[in-house]
Amino acid sequence: MVFLKLFIVFSKIGIFNFGGGYAMLSLIQNEVVYKNHWLTVSEFTDIVAVSQSTPGPIGINCATYAGYTAVINEGYPEWMAVLGAIIASLSIIWLPFILMILVSKALLKHSKSRGVQSVFSALRPAIVGLLVSAAIMLMSEENFGNPKESTFVFIVSILIFLFSFFGTRKFKIHPILMILLCGLAGLIIY
Amino acid sequence: MGIYTELFTTFSKIGGFTLGGGYAMVPIMEKEIVDKKQWLTHEEFIDILVVAQSTPGLFAIDMASHIGYKFKGIKGGIVSALGVAGPSIIAILLIAMFFQTFKDNIYVEKFFMGVRPCVVALILAPCFNMAKSAKINWYNAWIPVVCALLICAFGVSPIWCIVAAGVGGYAYGKLKVKN
Repeated sequence: MVFLKLFIVFSKIGIFNFGGGYAMLSLIQNEVVYKNHWLTVSEFTDIVAVSQSTPGPIGINCATYAGYTAVINEGYPEWMAVLGAIIASLSIIWLPFILMILVSKALLKHSKSRGVQSVFSALRPAIVGLLVSAAIMLMSEENFGNPKESTFVFIVSILIFLFSFFGTRKFKIHPILMILLCGLAGLIIY
Repeated sequence: MGIYTELFTTFSKIGGFTLGGGYAMVPIMEKEIVDKKQWLTHEEFIDILVVAQSTPGLFAIDMASHIGYKFKGIKGGIVSALGVAGPSIIAILLIAMFFQTFKDNIYVEKFFMGVRPCVVALILAPCFNMAKSAKINWYNAWIPVVCALLICAFGVSPIWCIVAAGVGGYAYGKLKVKN
């Protein structure tokens, strides 16, 4: 029963999520914490923290963790919880996946048409604005430290930011290598 | 290496090294798919970004399934989507099973204090190259500026920027044909 419910709830979260990651969190919280009581508020906060420090899309991280915990909380053994985690993760993916395939199909067919061309001529500059705004909004206390409370962390963060920025732009260092380097720097410095 | 294996390994690499999700994936994807594998041109990559942003679902999954589909049809899409999701499902499962205290671990926290500013820089850095591929010039530079302003300063959802830009672009195209 809990499996079917996980499937329905996470399919719903997947299809009603526009704008990815963080926009999805409130939707997940509403369904998983308030409506279905699979997790407590503090368990949910834990998931968000863990999701931010593990690889992969946040939505999938949340689904995996919530699926696992929900089944455990219902009193089932661990192997069924693993199954629950996988079901929840795949449920969040499948509907958007089908939709995306349909869109891809249409797009590849009509990509040369005049209408599609003029739509994209305006969308391409817009998406650059979207990316810039994502970066600006991430320049927050959570990511850089508070300049008054922890000046040291703040200055180190700014240096890491500049190092990463010029490292990837001027010296073409691979982003994955950059992430590892900065993580190591954090381990050594802090 | 078969194309499916290549799709799967490339996308699990992308999924496995994206911390923070969503946009943090864009620079790594661009490096792997456009620069290294040359599966797409810069322009095609931006087009897929646009589509992924304007359809529901996880950004990363949308990107992966479109690229996979373009190459090898539905099978390619499934392989790529599972590749990008795989590492994250496994990582979280392990954490849920064995490391309940993972997030309180002091070394994990230190590592991430270093990574977070880096991720912000990684998102910002490719914007300049993208501006070139998106053919931004003096006449349309206001589009990204207005979009960024609306989103950051007024809390407008990015979806509305996409919709407005799409409708505007279409109307402008029609108008140009008429004249």
